[in-house]
Amino acid sequence: MDIFFYIAAVVAILSTIMAISGRNAIHSLLFLILSLLAISVVFYVLNAPFIAALEVIIYAGAIMVLFIFVTMMLNIGLEQKQEKKWLNPQMWIIPSILAAILFIDLMFALKNMPSVIPGKQVILPKQVGISLFTTYLLAVEIAAILLMAGVIGAYHLGSQKKKVLHRFLIKK
Amino acid sequence: MLTVPVETQLLFAGILFFLGLIGLLVRRNLVFMLMSIEIMFNSAGLVFIIAARHWDQPDGQVMFIFILAVTAVEVAIGLALILQVYHHFKTLDVDAINKLKDNS
Repeated sequence: MDIFFYIAAVVAILSTIMAISGRNAIHSLLFLILSLLAISVVFYVLNAPFIAALEVIIYAGAIMVLFIFVTMMLNIGLEQKQEKKWLNPQMWIIPSILAAILFIDLMFALKNMPSVIPGKQVILPKQVGISLFTTYLLAVEIAAILLMAGVIGAYHLGSQKKKVLHRFLIKK
Repeated sequence: MLTVPVETQLLFAGILFFLGLIGLLVRRNLVFMLMSIEIMFNSAGLVFIIAARHWDQPDGQVMFIFILAVTAVEVAIGLALILQVYHHFKTLDVDAINKLKDNS
């Protein structure tokens, strides 16, 4: 089983690197979908088959398709001006160094953690559902309100507002 | 039976989060920045799943479902905002969107 984890982890990391360093938005999104599929394999290996299915259906299926639709609507394939700015290292070198220091710090902290034997049993969707609708029922309702607010906000932001002009200002 | 130690699994999640952070810092395109935020959300969810496996409890998976809901809302609002920005400025470069900045 270990080999599945390592292969999926390497695929996920490599495809994420390709996704964040690509120039074409569509290609990057396809690499990101590949990364999400690899992470869903990791979820399956980690005794969470329900979450693996949700990752494929919702993340790779719904959210990424939304991304691809918007990218195709905006028709942004290549943006040379932006990429020239991106290649200017002064813009991001200091934040990247600071983030790398934090990352190395985190890695050392994890390395010095005492080694433990991971869990054994597969957590089935039934247990997840029971826990979701008993212990976390209030959180489910809050999530429902959040989704409702998201729907209203996205509708409001996405609707094209008609410009009302005085009749003298309308260009013929 | 998986015998990968928890540290290695957390290392994997940390690398993914770091890649998302680097993408957010480096890229100037709004779509790529939102993608990087997605990567970071996903690695945070991965940590929850690792913890759920470690303690043999379903609570981590429940938390992942909540992260999924929050992510879906965030993507919907974010993409609607990106569409509005594109309609106003005709570009997705965040460096071009500096109307609130004092240029005088």
